[in-house]
Amino acid sequence: MKRLNRRDFGVAVAAAILLPVTTARADDTNLEIHIDNFTFQPAELSIKVGTTVTWTNRDDIPHTVVSAGKFRSKTLDTDDKFTFTFTNAGDYKYFCSLHPHMTGMIKVE
Amino acid sequence: MSGHDHGDDGVNRRKVLECMTWAGTGVLWTITGGVPRSLGIIDSAKAATAATPGMTFLQISDSHVGFDKPANPNALGTLEEAVNKINAMPVKPSFMIHTGDITHLSKASEFDNADRIISQSKLDVHYVPGEHDFLDEEVKFYRERYGRGTKGAGWYSFDAGGVHFVGLVNVVDLKGGGLGNLGAEQLAWLEDDLRGKSKSTPVVLFAHIPLWTVYPQWGWGTEDGGRALEYVKGFGSVTVLNGHIHQVMQKVEGNVTFHTARSTAFPQPAPGAAASPGPMKVEDAKLRSMLGVASINFKQNEQRLAIIDTPLQG
Ligand SMILES: [Cu+2]
Repeated sequence: MKRLNRRDFGVAVAAAILLPVTTARADDTNLEIHIDNFTFQPAELSIKVGTTVTWTNRDDIPHTVVSAGKFRSKTLDTDDKFTFTFTNAGDYKYFCSLHPHMTGMIKVE
Repeated sequence: MSGHDHGDDGVNRRKVLECMTWAGTGVLWTITGGVPRSLGIIDSAKAATAATPGMTFLQISDSHVGFDKPANPNALGTLEEAVNKINAMPVKPSFMIHTGDITHLSKASEFDNADRIISQSKLDVHYVPGEHDFLDEEVKFYRERYGRGTKGAGWYSFDAGGVHFVGLVNVVDLKGGGLGNLGAEQLAWLEDDLRGKSKSTPVVLFAHIPLWTVYPQWGWGTEDGGRALEYVKGFGSVTVLNGHIHQVMQKVEGNVTFHTARSTAFPQPAPGAAASPGPMKVEDAKLRSMLGVASINFKQNEQRLAIIDTPLQG
């Protein structure tokens, strides 16, 4: 089921490999997560404090992005976006409150 | 797949697979050396219905009014077709149950449109909510329309034709990584609701998400559904009806028959047959064979309820 298309895979690899060693790349402060096929892609992301992450729902079914006590999107219809800026370090587990088997994680350093 | 066992009645994975029939999707689990049991039920159901109607009621599900994507750009239209089918039935059913996802985005206009079409059936309708009906910020549209006289998030029970019906809600307080959820309060209410009922009373449980574990990878199951099934274990005839997965699927386990209904809006793929459980685009000519309603026949003194699925187009 974990189907990453090439573009998303590129983002995931960049996040996992480049971010820990790169500190001042311009696009590090704005990262994107896509919801495709009931999956957050990439499902795990490591970012620096101050980074803004934008989720876009590309499914035909509405989803949400919820991290208990941290952030909660409205219901995202097709192509709707939710943006959150991470100002504190920590591990942010999140999920879709409509389809709770959809989970993701943002590690903020 | 794992986690198919319910309770401790020793039903192993193989047994469950043998009892499971998939229809409308082209996937069929066959029994080694025999005919699938649930097919047998449908056959005898047809005979029984033809001979004596008994009490019939209808199940309608997942109308997703407001859905307008390529899988079915006119979900309201196919709901209307389903209601026309219902109105054309030779025997008027006693009432109808709707197993949730009445709307797609919980908008007032979507509830209005659904109501306008469904009310044309002139049948009493007993609803339970799907997750798509609870999307408005304060979750008030569903409750204001359909929640009167219900407990908690909308659960209730009633009796009809000697059968005890229980509408359950398993689409609230969902936990990250989990499945559908009934919650302690509702389970306590259910246990209490069934207490004192004669074990010979046929019981029908209905909810949106399957109470049994169909495919956890897609969230098709209820975390604490096994607890609800514990409470009905001693009853001679138990039928569990649900929607959510938009395809016909049946399982017989002891005295419990599980059955999921088609959607009137759009089909979804068989478990694992696609990258996601999202709407399945099929040829226009095929769409109506994958949508439809279910009628359920209850004959006094019969062990099981007979369920007949009717697609919008054969
Ligand atoms: Cu979702």
